[in-house]
Amino acid sequence: MAKDLQLFPDSASIGAAGVDANYLYILGVSVFFAVGISLAILYFALRYRRKSQDEIPKPIHGSLVLELTWTIIPFLLAMSMFVGGTVVFFRNYHAPANAMEVFIVGKQWMWKIQHPNGVREINEMHVPLNRPVKLIMTTEDVIHSYFIPAFRLKRDVVPGQYTTMWFQANKVGKYHLFCAEYCGTQHSGMIGWVHVMEEADYEAWLSGSIRGETMQQAGERLFNRLGCATCHKADNTGRGPTLVDVFGKAVKLQNGTTTLADEAYIRESVLKPASKIVSGYAVEMPTFQGQISEEGLLQVISYIKSLSKSAPAGGAAASEAPAGKKGGN
Amino acid sequence: MSATLTHPVDQVPMPENQGESYLTKGKGVMSWLLTKDHKRIGLLYLMSITAMSLLGGFFAALIRLELITPGGDLLSAESYNKAFTMHGVIMVFFVLIPATPAVLGNFMLPIMIGARDLALPRINLLSWYIFIIGACFTLYSMISGGVDTGWTFYTPYSSTYANSAVITAALGAFISGFSSILTGLNFIVTVHKMRAPGLTWFRLPLFVWGNYATALVQILGTPVVAMTILLVAMERLFGFSFFNPNTGGDPILFQHMFWFYSHPAVYLMILPAMGVISELVTCFSRKRVFGYSFIALSSVAIAVFGFLVWGHHLFVSGQSVYGGMVFSVLTFIVAIPSAIKVFNWTATLYKGSISYEAPMLYAFGFFGLFLIGGLTGLFCANVAVDVHIHDTYFIVAHFHYIMVGGAIMGYLGGLHFWWPKITGRMYPETAGRISAILVFLGFNLTFFPQFLAGYLGMPRRYHAYPEEFQFWNIMSSAGATVLALGYTLPMIYFTWSLFAGKKAPANPWGAKGLEWTIPSPPPLENFETIPIVTEEAYAYAPEEDEGDEVKHHV
Repeated sequence: MAKDLQLFPDSASIGAAGVDANYLYILGVSVFFAVGISLAILYFALRYRRKSQDEIPKPIHGSLVLELTWTIIPFLLAMSMFVGGTVVFFRNYHAPANAMEVFIVGKQWMWKIQHPNGVREINEMHVPLNRPVKLIMTTEDVIHSYFIPAFRLKRDVVPGQYTTMWFQANKVGKYHLFCAEYCGTQHSGMIGWVHVMEEADYEAWLSGSIRGETMQQAGERLFNRLGCATCHKADNTGRGPTLVDVFGKAVKLQNGTTTLADEAYIRESVLKPASKIVSGYAVEMPTFQGQISEEGLLQVISYIKSLSKSAPAGGAAASEAPAGKKGGN
Repeated sequence: MSATLTHPVDQVPMPENQGESYLTKGKGVMSWLLTKDHKRIGLLYLMSITAMSLLGGFFAALIRLELITPGGDLLSAESYNKAFTMHGVIMVFFVLIPATPAVLGNFMLPIMIGARDLALPRINLLSWYIFIIGACFTLYSMISGGVDTGWTFYTPYSSTYANSAVITAALGAFISGFSSILTGLNFIVTVHKMRAPGLTWFRLPLFVWGNYATALVQILGTPVVAMTILLVAMERLFGFSFFNPNTGGDPILFQHMFWFYSHPAVYLMILPAMGVISELVTCFSRKRVFGYSFIALSSVAIAVFGFLVWGHHLFVSGQSVYGGMVFSVLTFIVAIPSAIKVFNWTATLYKGSISYEAPMLYAFGFFGLFLIGGLTGLFCANVAVDVHIHDTYFIVAHFHYIMVGGAIMGYLGGLHFWWPKITGRMYPETAGRISAILVFLGFNLTFFPQFLAGYLGMPRRYHAYPEEFQFWNIMSSAGATVLALGYTLPMIYFTWSLFAGKKAPANPWGAKGLEWTIPSPPPLENFETIPIVTEEAYAYAPEEDEGDEVKHHV
């Protein structure tokens, strides 16, 4: 046990270094102040210990210079920490446009992972080395949190929302995956592993694991089975708007506003069709709440994405990342 | 008064003609249960809070026992979840929040401002009954199957999915909140209206400032958590939809509302404890506090800024990045007034006359733990680092250092300091010192390893955990044993001192402050004649060039 006692976690992504740098900077400042103040207290306590019962020290009222000094210096240090943290946070938050997508659905008490080519995993996530990966995540029930300590990343999955995070692994290995937000009885069992693999190994694993259809194909099948295709016709002659070339674009709504057709918009339109009506169409679509699972939704989204040939691999995420290859180094 | 300074301990002669002690005037259970005397109500709180802390401590013991081994072998997952929930609910709502204000504040605040009671004595008694009713609800939830949501009651788990006694436990917190509001209200009115003649705002003892700032947070923040709990209960009982996304609610809304109160709640715990520390540092270095107005106003600054930082609990919850940025900078700013306090306390020691009685050892312990707790707050304020440490043991360690290390060190320090005044008996000094040292060492051994386990990635609220974290957990559990001993000792020797402790003089520490001018224990009406205050707080030494010492009352 003591043999491999760790003081510092594994670091396996390009974003981890920035977090560690912030951590070590704050640690340095903290140790300096903690030791400095403790030594001062200790020194005063010994040097000025009471020597006789009736000594009365001279009162000191205070010093404006000192007050300003120990207000302004800590303030400036704190602001430097704020800037350092925020810069890294923004960098670690915005995924590059060329990131490959992996879809995560949490439920009590497991993680379901879908790769675009249809490979599905539970509590295990395989990712390639040196390629940006963007996770699009949601949950079937309560709030969970997808936490990979070796990447210094975590993000809550929230019912009714898609949250994202991205990383670029830079070290082959097997790393912990935890649920970090308390989610009920088996919370501590909602754990798994992230496998970072060499590109070639990853491709081999991927091709060896394909069973049946890709996410896009599964989505197309659902699209037909649920009857979406009868109204949302490709040539725009149906009762609903066509979905070709819609994803990632601005959509004009009936109330005059526009909205970005991203994952959240499609999800909302499937489950609550009346909430955002496309300009020129009536509220005819029934809700599919209860007829489609979170994973099925992600498949349908994947299919609708594929209808937009112009949409980049990163989908709507492209709009989040102004400069493509800014990622974390 | 100068006699007080020259012979602190053996200055026995008590004013003979003062009224009968509040302890002996009125006998029987009913004289306590129907009392309107702030001192007796303070003692009612002391007993109930001590009982609750034993219960909360019992659950802490279960948690630490379970976590000695990586596997979940002692408790079932369900029982473990219930244990940490009860630990949190009891300790937060029924121990940490009320401890210093409701016990020490209730007892000392009126005396320190030269008043005969709080402004609203009946409301004061009512607040204790409300507290007890709240505690009963929470205890009932424990007996009727327990609750497993964590003390944070996050939705939609608490509102839709949890299959346990959420409503009764939450109502317990809801009800006890009103007790907190009433106490705060009472303190504010009292400080505004009942200060003795001459006791201007900037002559107030800093403990009064600390409690005043606390009271502001109590009356402004507590109603929000009360509403939040009510909404959860309505959703659970009647199917309203506030937090359930399937029916148009927003689960994150709950987190905003919850933390709008529950972050300031941390300041509810620490502000009065900081007030105690100011009293201890000045008394045991026999010196007026360095930078009085900076310490006083920094309490108010903490209370105000404390309301603007709740969003740092939501850095990974799907809050916008810009939201995260704003809450990060505000959180860094709220650290500054705390730093100002620490620097001023340290400067107070400079050229003081420092002695090491148990209360001062507690104050030294407070410095150590609060320093670590405060500085580790910087890690949490930094968004990039917080994304990693959020919901790990790093956070658990951080908030225990502040809420327990800081707040309970202050509370125990104050309890030792004022024990002779409250009971008229001295506690055994050596035992007091031993307990202060045990608490300090035990606390660090318990919680420091959790920083390391947390940065390594160990998530909180885990019933079972990967083996590589075991070493740190064993250290933690070992430390908890020492800590438990340190906390138990005062219960034993305080009780012992009631029967066999040396009789306490009016001013055993040679301290300044109106409370030390009246007998120990105080007479029912505190002051026979209301004192007139003519000097600053902590005027241990005569002002330069004045030579003659100014008296407290005429």
